[in-house]
Amino acid sequence: MLKTANQKAWYFVVPVVVLVAFNALIPLMTVVNYSVQETFGDNVFFWEGVKWFEEVLNSDRFHDSFLRQLAFTGMILVIEVPLGIGVALSMPRKGPWVSVCLVLMALPLLIPWNVVGAMWNIFALPDIGLLGRSINALGIDYNFTQQPESAWMTTVLMDVWHWTSLVVLLAYAGLCSIPDAYYQAAKIDGASAWSVFWRIQLPKLKRVLTIAILLRFMDSFMIYTEPFVLTGGGPGNTTTFLSIDLVKIALGQFDLGPAAAMSLIYFLVVLLVCWVFYTLMMRHEGQ
Amino acid sequence: MAKISLEQVKHSYLAQPAKSEDYAVKQVDAVWQDGGAYALLGPSGCGKTTLLNIISGLLVPSHGRVLFNDTDVTKVPTIERQIAQVFQFPVVYDTMTVFDNLAFPLRNRGIAEAKVRDRVMEIAGMLDLESSLRRRASGLTMDGKQKISLGRGLVRDDVNVIMFDEPLTVIDPHLKWRLRSKLKELHKRLGLTMIYVTHDQTEALTFADQVVVMYDGTVVQVGTPVELFECPNHTFVGHFIGSPGMNILPCELDNGTVRCAGHAVNTASSGRPRSDVTKTEIGVRPEFVRFDDHGFPVHIVKVDDLGRYRIVEVRYADQRVKMIVEEDAAIPSGSARISFDPAATRIYADGWVVN
Repeated sequence: MLKTANQKAWYFVVPVVVLVAFNALIPLMTVVNYSVQETFGDNVFFWEGVKWFEEVLNSDRFHDSFLRQLAFTGMILVIEVPLGIGVALSMPRKGPWVSVCLVLMALPLLIPWNVVGAMWNIFALPDIGLLGRSINALGIDYNFTQQPESAWMTTVLMDVWHWTSLVVLLAYAGLCSIPDAYYQAAKIDGASAWSVFWRIQLPKLKRVLTIAILLRFMDSFMIYTEPFVLTGGGPGNTTTFLSIDLVKIALGQFDLGPAAAMSLIYFLVVLLVCWVFYTLMMRHEGQ
Repeated sequence: MAKISLEQVKHSYLAQPAKSEDYAVKQVDAVWQDGGAYALLGPSGCGKTTLLNIISGLLVPSHGRVLFNDTDVTKVPTIERQIAQVFQFPVVYDTMTVFDNLAFPLRNRGIAEAKVRDRVMEIAGMLDLESSLRRRASGLTMDGKQKISLGRGLVRDDVNVIMFDEPLTVIDPHLKWRLRSKLKELHKRLGLTMIYVTHDQTEALTFADQVVVMYDGTVVQVGTPVELFECPNHTFVGHFIGSPGMNILPCELDNGTVRCAGHAVNTASSGRPRSDVTKTEIGVRPEFVRFDDHGFPVHIVKVDDLGRYRIVEVRYADQRVKMIVEEDAAIPSGSARISFDPAATRIYADGWVVN
């Protein structure tokens, strides 16, 4: 049978191409452009090759903020994921309390990020904040504006408060989708509560938890607003995470070349970690 | 091993059941003898699964008692009842191998590993699972997974009863036949009580010695397949069992004479319904309707040839009657006269048989 060649269908693709070009491709290529050149303004560029990449990769400043970032992301994942699963497990599965719990859980997610930072800033102030004063009243010397440990603790606590809900809601949705037959079969088989968790609930939660961990990894690895409002990256540089450092370099010092190189490295790290993690988690699926 | 009795069991999923419709199981008194092969037969939504879950202890009935031998176990948790149950859809533990899946119910009960091995190998052999014992259960097909579910039900030898809740729904037809024969054979060999829930009459009639027919939350009849065929207690049983089902025709009573559309009909029912019934009918299976020059007049509507016999559908007034006619018998065309075999024709009052 003869088919009429009709290329008009391409017109339908044009809106998507334009959209992707403007929201992803063009901005990204601009960054690539800056990362391999030097500019003194007036749109005059000089070719620099991989100089900025070498500079960033060899700088102690980048190493430090990268390690701080890894430590922070690691800490919040270790706290938020088990805590989220625990809360989801203890939430009621039916009855009038379900909606109450869901709304309570969703609340932190609805608060704008800079408001979260401001709230915790005031909440944790050692002289007037409820949390700060209470801790000091217990005899513990706590001042997040001056002590690195206190600043870290507060930042981590704030993130846990803000984002554990996301893990809870995802895990809860996952738990609700496990058919009753599994629990019934487990009862018939004489499985203990631990076996039910380890053999049924956790394996069935694998997919949603993979998504939850990926989302929390990406979000926390790129965290900016909340610590910027809470500590401004201080005291000193102790809570200067990658994004905060990047903004300092790009907009504080106007070192556009190094900032662009750092952005690309940053982007590739996030992409690589997500890909490796997802591939590992999904390797047994669909066998 | 035990005899299982249900005494006046009722169950509602609502907290405050008011009307009879609120109950999933309306009132069931039943005894399951030790070592029997029972089928629980009924349409979807008639309360079969609820009844099963009450026996296994997954549900506590709203009213009534469950006895194992003579001990009241109504509130005893599932694990202490020594019950095996296989569900309609396969339940496997994804992260475990097939072997570990089959061993799971035994290991949970602290049985020695050597014995666990023996039992698992035996059951795996029976279900043709030996070659995949080392594989992860999550990678298997639907059939394979359901075989694991069946295997976990069969692996324990200390159970009071094994209950199958439509276990072969997801299985291929040819495998279905084999598994059903396996279950039957296993029943003979082990002498365990088995309750097999299904809505498929062929499955029920081939598997069971005793068939329990449920309809709308109540048990309407318990009997052997032959009893259900020959003397249905309820029009539902007559209609549900047999292919095609029983003809149920409205009738009037005139001084003790049964009349269908004005024609007197002789029946096997010697009693007569009480005066407060709202609906009287006669039931006769298509096998017992025949052409008869002295019968009452009908029109022939349609003839279906099924190879070994033919199903003839005839009509009188606004009623349709099905009859089974031998392959070589002559079928008149247009109008004819039929009669019912009196020994196989019964009166039903409000659905229930009058003897």
